[in-house]
Amino acid sequence: MRQVIIIGSGPAGYTAAIYAARANLAPLVIASSVEFGGELMKTTEVENFPGFPEGVMGPDLMTKMQQQAERFGAEIVYDDVTALELDGPVRAVTLGNGDRHEAHAVIYATGSAYRKLGLPDEDRLSGYGVSWCATCDGAFFRQKTVAVVGGGDSAMEEATFLTRFADKVYLIHRSETFRASAAMLDRAKADPKIEFVTNAAVQHIYGGELVTGVGIVDTETGDERTLDVSGVFIAIGADPRTHLVHGALELTEQGTIAVEGRSSRTSVAGVFAAGDVVDPTYKQAITAAGSGCAAALDAQHYLEGLGDNVRQTAEPVSA
Amino acid sequence: MSTRDVTDATFESDVLKSEKTIMVDFWAPWCGPCRAVSPILDQIATENSDKIDIVKINVDDNPETAMKYQITSIPAMKVFKGGEVVKTVIGAKPKPALEADLAEFLA
Repeated sequence: MRQVIIIGSGPAGYTAAIYAARANLAPLVIASSVEFGGELMKTTEVENFPGFPEGVMGPDLMTKMQQQAERFGAEIVYDDVTALELDGPVRAVTLGNGDRHEAHAVIYATGSAYRKLGLPDEDRLSGYGVSWCATCDGAFFRQKTVAVVGGGDSAMEEATFLTRFADKVYLIHRSETFRASAAMLDRAKADPKIEFVTNAAVQHIYGGELVTGVGIVDTETGDERTLDVSGVFIAIGADPRTHLVHGALELTEQGTIAVEGRSSRTSVAGVFAAGDVVDPTYKQAITAAGSGCAAALDAQHYLEGLGDNVRQTAEPVSA
Repeated sequence: MSTRDVTDATFESDVLKSEKTIMVDFWAPWCGPCRAVSPILDQIATENSDKIDIVKINVDDNPETAMKYQITSIPAMKVFKGGEVVKTVIGAKPKPALEADLAEFLA
């Protein structure tokens, strides 16, 4: 049996792994089969992570965190969790390949999943002009007109990034006020290729085989119109990924996992949560990393409280 | 057999004229999800080498083929039989989900 299993491999999961590994807890990290590294794997330049004055590429930052965790003895498995048993002294994690791992403590850091608009043709046209990843798909819209939906930092980042390829980018947002930081909003507003369409809600996505346009309605006047676009990039936020712990852990009104005060302690002793899955407010790489650190320290403290027999059953750090 | 690379120049001979069922993975080095799914495709190719070939085409270096097949999102995986696309799977998925999508070609 393990001392601690960490579920998730974004900044929270890997930071927890670094701290837990350095505390000789030999953590097992369940990193996910295709989403390992988390949301930063889909970004380009990260300019606000301390210690990188010239910026750092998101995937490079995550690879460095992974290597740092491995250097101290964290073991990483690239698979998905299909089932979790959190009650009782032995926590069990079942993976997509059928393997079952047991541990005294679990750190849950699964992040969040992109929100959809909820329109009828959204799924059908996903991958055919509808996208949630400008850095993945932007290059296919050279000299085209595209739309970005959303008003936060990620919407601004996507719109600005897309101007590298597209001739024109509509930034469609429901209101006139933006959640985005001033720096990113100003950059987007100053870009001659970006046209802001505010007080507008997307009602339709049009297209047979490929996207041809979006239907929007003015939220104040009710006027409807169609924008001819080849691509729609949806950046309207994300929801905490809690489906594996529904019924097992208490959640907050915002849908995040409830933790005690500034700690990472969930409603079940020995189960800790960190990163975007507990954070409805800040959702930054650095805040996720900070909470991952707290989770590892909380888990370490919990394991110490279990007594010496736990330490003796710990598996050795693999070379 | 694991996966190998094809190009605009070899696409016709390697893919369209392939007698075996063949799946093409449209990818690019800057695409995180492409990098994530790549080892999974290698595994599927190795485990099903008697039924399907899996090849990769870098869309940056081979824009002609990417444009011809109207790729707007990667990774995009297209299964060809007798030169025709018979199945398209878009986006990185876990191995069991990909195997389910491709079940008819792996049976």
